[in-house]
Amino acid sequence: MAVAAPAMHHKGPDRTAINRLGLWLFFFSESLIFALLLSSRFFLEGLNIPLKHGSDEQAVDQVLGLAITVILLLSSVTAFTGETAFEHGRKRLGHWMILATIVLGLIFAGGVAYEWKTAHFTRGEAFGTVFFTMTGVHASHVMSGVIMLGLVWVQALRGKYNEKNHWPVSGVVMYWHFVDVVWVFFYPALYLV
Amino acid sequence: MYAATTVLGGTGTGLMGFYLGLGFAMVMRKLFGYPDLWERDLCLSVGYVFGLVGWVLGIGLWGQWAREWFGMKTYANGAQGWQRYFTFCTDHKVIGIQYMVWFVVVFLAAGFMAMLMRVELAQSGMQFFNHDQYNAVMSLHGILMVAVAIAAVIGGFGNYAVPLMIGADDMAFPRLNALTFWLVPPVGIMLLATPFLGGLEAGWTAYPPLAVQTESAQTLFNLALMTFGLVSILGGLNFIVTVIYLRAEGMTWSRLPIFVWAMFLTAILALFYTQGIFVALFMVLLDRIGGMSFFNEANGGDPLLYQHVFWFYSHPAVYIMVLPGFGVALELLTHFSRKPLFAYRYAVGGLIGIVGLSGVVWAHHMFTSGMPNYLHPPFLVATELISIPTGLVFLAGLGTIWMGRVWLQTPMLFALAVLFNFACGGVTGIFLADVPTDIHLQDTYFVVAHFHYTIVGGEIFALFGGIYYWFPKMTGRMYNERLGKIHFWMMFIGFNVTFFIMHLPGIQGMNRRIADYPSEFDNINMVISIAAFFLGSSFLVFFYNIIWSWFRGPAAAANPWRARTLEWQTSSPPPHDNFESPPVIKGHPYDYGVPGSVHATFPMGAAHAPAGGGGGGGGGGGG
Repeated sequence: MAVAAPAMHHKGPDRTAINRLGLWLFFFSESLIFALLLSSRFFLEGLNIPLKHGSDEQAVDQVLGLAITVILLLSSVTAFTGETAFEHGRKRLGHWMILATIVLGLIFAGGVAYEWKTAHFTRGEAFGTVFFTMTGVHASHVMSGVIMLGLVWVQALRGKYNEKNHWPVSGVVMYWHFVDVVWVFFYPALYLV
Repeated sequence: MYAATTVLGGTGTGLMGFYLGLGFAMVMRKLFGYPDLWERDLCLSVGYVFGLVGWVLGIGLWGQWAREWFGMKTYANGAQGWQRYFTFCTDHKVIGIQYMVWFVVVFLAAGFMAMLMRVELAQSGMQFFNHDQYNAVMSLHGILMVAVAIAAVIGGFGNYAVPLMIGADDMAFPRLNALTFWLVPPVGIMLLATPFLGGLEAGWTAYPPLAVQTESAQTLFNLALMTFGLVSILGGLNFIVTVIYLRAEGMTWSRLPIFVWAMFLTAILALFYTQGIFVALFMVLLDRIGGMSFFNEANGGDPLLYQHVFWFYSHPAVYIMVLPGFGVALELLTHFSRKPLFAYRYAVGGLIGIVGLSGVVWAHHMFTSGMPNYLHPPFLVATELISIPTGLVFLAGLGTIWMGRVWLQTPMLFALAVLFNFACGGVTGIFLADVPTDIHLQDTYFVVAHFHYTIVGGEIFALFGGIYYWFPKMTGRMYNERLGKIHFWMMFIGFNVTFFIMHLPGIQGMNRRIADYPSEFDNINMVISIAAFFLGSSFLVFFYNIIWSWFRGPAAAANPWRARTLEWQTSSPPPHDNFESPPVIKGHPYDYGVPGSVHATFPMGAAHAPAGGGGGGGGGGGG
């Protein structure tokens, strides 16, 4: 991926630095989407979390929320381990760690889907609107990350990456960390306030 | 026919994607147990997204880029000559011209709509349109012109001139650049299709609750604009990385041409704030097709949320429009005054100051919206503060002309007009930034006149100045100077008469966006309409001049303006890699009249020329 730039004779800067800055700028831009959704949550609903009908329990599932948060944070650990494994040429460990990240990401998305299915509020009311939008936009980022991890995993199995050339792995893992950090802001705003 | 297969292939895969999306949406509705499979706006939205993906894949994303994500070999783009302009070409010069031609055509279409509006508005009562048609044309004129104002200078001159001016051979992400451009045609075609698919009712700002409740083509409008937001974001990202990493040796930040500075700062605004309109339109879309309640007061939503999110982007957006205009104007003023740019560092500081303040003034669009009163003073003060950095830029322009040897060619006339028009726009802006006067003037033609003075007067005049200035570089041919000057004077007079007079009915309370008005405004509106037709006819002169010169004009020299910046130190048009040998920057770009000063040298040029002489330098020798 990194080499096939035809007919270009760049002098000084190396492509990885350019790619990395491009990715950081992309995160900088994306962060505003999440910031605006987060602000909308407080603008419309303040600190309110609705209650289940006819009880004084909160309508969000605290156990499930905590569980998927832990799973997503663990997936960042496996992603990081996978990236450093490729940097040090330990390809087998790298393959397994990327696969573990994919599985954890899918479990997280499944948890969100379960929360949607069992939710005690509808998308037609304001809390439901912000809850489904925020978790939905975030989960779609998780899923796109899973797809990119899948592509990278297949290429890794075919032996494409080594100590010198592993930018696609690093790029996807950076994206994965970014999506995790977003959840670190979303989780308290939706479950804990 | 590489061009035809590319465009037709992209259209084919786009249509396939569209129908695939329709089918996907209906299958999903079946699986989730909805009684009716067809829900117009929802199914068409999914179809649009799939169709857009199909279109960009077919146009070249798949063959030239995406294949390598799956470990396959990519194809090279084999198009030559004019056919490059209809393919997924990664050359920044081709992409710049693609943007320019596309947006000049859209500009003429949207300008024609303004002419139709002035036909209707020439007299009170309804003669030419019915109300729905007027709303559709008014909304479309607004949004298309906003698109032109945002992307014509950035996409056109930014892509064409920035890599040349910093001595790079291309942008940092050439394939991303091509992808970004090819997202634009669907946006334009979808927007132009809206009158035939139900029209638009909510204006270019698309406020809910109307935008949520209307049965018109609002969903398509939202999807098209969200795609356009993607164009801004990806384009901005590319410019920032290019300017940071690909400057030639010796091109320090304090030697950067002012246009590059303006583009760099604009790119930061575009990259960050454009997500605001993306989110605002996305929320409306969710309310429309997803049954959500962001803006439905009855269920706990709040329409004011839209205005906050929308203007959080759309106020910085006017700086996305006007900063590149300032950059072009200052660039032209210094080249055609044959003097160093006055107070270069203060001008750059002014541009940075505008970028810094642009994000904290948005609610001055909302003084009458019903937001809390305590928000009025801070936004009033922040808005007025912007006149300080703007003033720095303005004074840099004036100081540059002062005692200069002003060379009144067509580009210079446009640059001088930018100073004049933007001064008028700035003065009228004060009344709109002050809460007491704004409450009176809100939603009147005074706002329309002010906005056109700043954006048309400040940016579109710079755009045309830039077109004349870079035309010889882009096409290798010279435009007709006499026709250029005729175009300028017609446009300048027509513009100022139209929009200066438009302030007056505005002060008396004539409402904007409404097709009819009290008959006491008949005479003054007739005058405005006649002046507007005169303004519109000036573009026929422009069009004729540009088309004729592109095919039949005399060959242009490499540096017809004797300018010092780098893009003029190579042939017209430049070879594929821009420079025969990499430039090394030795001094400031604008040191006109400073003895012994040099901007750039080509140290390998002499040794390199014989070996690389066959590589495309023929045009340079001809100059």
